[in-house]
Amino acid sequence: MNLDFSPEDQAFRAEVRAWMRDNVPQQVGPSIGIPSHKETQFAWERKLGAKGWLAYTWPKEYGGPGWTATQQYIFDTERALAGAPPCGPFGLSMLGPVLMRYGNEAQKQRYLPPIARGEEFWCQGYSEPGAGSDLASLKTRAVREEDHYIVNGQKIWTTQAHWADFIFCLVRTNPDGPKQQGISFLLIDMATPGIEIRPITTIDGHHHLNEVFLTDVRVPVENLVGEEGEGWTIAKYLLTHERTSIAGVADSYYQLGRLHEAVADDPVLSQDPVVTRRLATLEVDLMALEYTNLRTLDRVAKGQPPGSESSGLKIKGTELQQAISEAQMELGGLGALPWLTAAEDVHTVFAGATQRYNFLRASSIYGGTNEIQKNVLAKLLQL
Amino acid sequence: MDFSYSQEQKMLRESADKFANKGYGFERYKSTLELPGHCDSTLWSQMAELGWLGLPLPEEAGGLGGSALDVSQICEPLGSGMVLEPYIASAVLPGRLLSLCEADTDLLGELAGGEAQFAVAWAEPDSREDPACCTTRAQADGDGYVLSGHKQCVLNAPNATTLIVSARTSGGDHDADGISLFAIDPQSAGLALRPYPVMGGGYAADIRIDQLRVGADAMIGSAGNGFAPLDAALDHATAAACAQALGAMNALLERTREYLRMRKQFDKPIGSFQVLQHRLVDMFIEVEQSRSMVMMSSVRVESAEPAVRRRAVSAAKAYLGQASKFVAQQAVQLHGGIGVTEELDVGHYFRQLSAFGSLYGSREYHLRRFAATPSE
Repeated sequence: MNLDFSPEDQAFRAEVRAWMRDNVPQQVGPSIGIPSHKETQFAWERKLGAKGWLAYTWPKEYGGPGWTATQQYIFDTERALAGAPPCGPFGLSMLGPVLMRYGNEAQKQRYLPPIARGEEFWCQGYSEPGAGSDLASLKTRAVREEDHYIVNGQKIWTTQAHWADFIFCLVRTNPDGPKQQGISFLLIDMATPGIEIRPITTIDGHHHLNEVFLTDVRVPVENLVGEEGEGWTIAKYLLTHERTSIAGVADSYYQLGRLHEAVADDPVLSQDPVVTRRLATLEVDLMALEYTNLRTLDRVAKGQPPGSESSGLKIKGTELQQAISEAQMELGGLGALPWLTAAEDVHTVFAGATQRYNFLRASSIYGGTNEIQKNVLAKLLQL
Repeated sequence: MDFSYSQEQKMLRESADKFANKGYGFERYKSTLELPGHCDSTLWSQMAELGWLGLPLPEEAGGLGGSALDVSQICEPLGSGMVLEPYIASAVLPGRLLSLCEADTDLLGELAGGEAQFAVAWAEPDSREDPACCTTRAQADGDGYVLSGHKQCVLNAPNATTLIVSARTSGGDHDADGISLFAIDPQSAGLALRPYPVMGGGYAADIRIDQLRVGADAMIGSAGNGFAPLDAALDHATAAACAQALGAMNALLERTREYLRMRKQFDKPIGSFQVLQHRLVDMFIEVEQSRSMVMMSSVRVESAEPAVRRRAVSAAKAYLGQASKFVAQQAVQLHGGIGVTEELDVGHYFRQLSAFGSLYGSREYHLRRFAATPSE
């Protein structure tokens, strides 16, 4: 057992750290930890794309840097510690791996390179008003008419649909039989007539989410990924596709570090043993999560499937993100109350804390609620 | 980076697992509780023969020069098998301490061979688990020392043939500097032991030291420099105790899982109820997170940098201090009535994990220590 990165990986870390130090623009800083300003976010992603580091989990043949799992982990860690937000995951970590596995050659050639360059932005059309945790009950219909599918239905909670050039959608191509078997995976150009986007403002006060209405939207059949009816298998592959960054360890270290600094600067908080204990508790919890995450990384780096230890990463990771933001807000006191203030204010830890706290309520809901995660784990435990 | 265990470590674990879980088990645990000092001398000799007592000792002293990670591979099965023999109190802690003090090899040889049993007397009624806090005094007197003071809850003291006692030869009550260590025969005049069983098994004693006269050769290591080795040895013991607790936590998880699958109410296994499923999942997650902390602290406790060692061990003990209580409490709750009886092993694991919470520094102590230790 050896818990240290190899000298090669440490050299890689130094290289990434230096680049981040010189290239993370100040205004990209994670006021609430997710992309919230389109132009700065896109500029940042294109900068990474020009460097060849945007699609950092991808192999070289599709425009990624071809890094090892450990290098990917180190890169994402350094990105977070430099205060840069994560890049939009829909093209990079969701559609990308799906196309590499299930897409045909034409689809790979058409869609992957622009994602890797940061030139085309995707959103995810999964949830519907009646299909949340029970995703397979989705109703959006796609009916084939010659060389097109005619799509009708509604998607909801669609993050950054208003920024997106494309949406990948789960649609029902067969209304008969078991609900999981009639689902297909379609790529849809957001400029297609019949698509209407309505914004949903979330409790952090921002517009990240949308409803997407699809009315007689004509989608060429070559935009079907995999076989007709294979959508559920693809969706499950996407959900289980190993992402060793799912726990958000480095982002939490960054936020906890900001809180440490703010507390150290405060004449009262810095002397309060209750506050000291609270920070220590959060840091200890974060260490336990970090080393659990590293155990998973070690397995993935060796080409093994992630172990059962990885099943709790999303649950614990989001709980901890929430707990840190809650501490930021509570320790901020009145200083945390300014709402949707100018960017320079938001960059002080306490001023941005309230939005972060509000926004992060979503973290235990998206990507499969933590309760659904526990159902899945209960099955693994054979209950 | 590599989280896998070596072939030797796997063999150690296998042999400890065989010893603890196949040859030991609940019946043996209960019969050991009837023995004086809660220690079966046959098993102790067996541990010596297996080389476990000498595992933490350097090779030149007849030991195997094992790492803390090696030791953890013994301790985890000892925890899952409820082994009461005082492996940590009488082998890991004094073994590391004597090695770090470069004590004479006779003592170490006796430890490795199983002829001697040890106890380390460091905690005091007012020390709140901090080994730097030492009011027991050793006054230089001619060619020796005279010791007076009060030690609390000295694990394994009733079985010990040698006590290692921390006593202050200089400095104030809370100074790390000025603490010395002495090897003392528990039969000495001036020592009064008040022995008692500890929750979850094992014996301890409170010790009154009143004008106890020892020769200069009783001192282990050099005068006034006992804190550093004591602090480091306690960290080794704490990391080992965490591994042992992990074994017990995992045993409780397994037993609770089996119980949820087997126990029927309302005509179905109670494990089919979602509220109980999620509770077991919470236990599972805590066990896995604790396992990560045991791995981390078993490696980092070897760090030559005291701050790295302290932070790692304190983080692990603080984490497991809470996680072990959670797992133990849920195991009892999910077993219902039978969980609160002495008939089932679950209740005994519960006691052992409750005791673990207070041994080798509470969660509160370790959170304080963690926060007070700079990270870089």
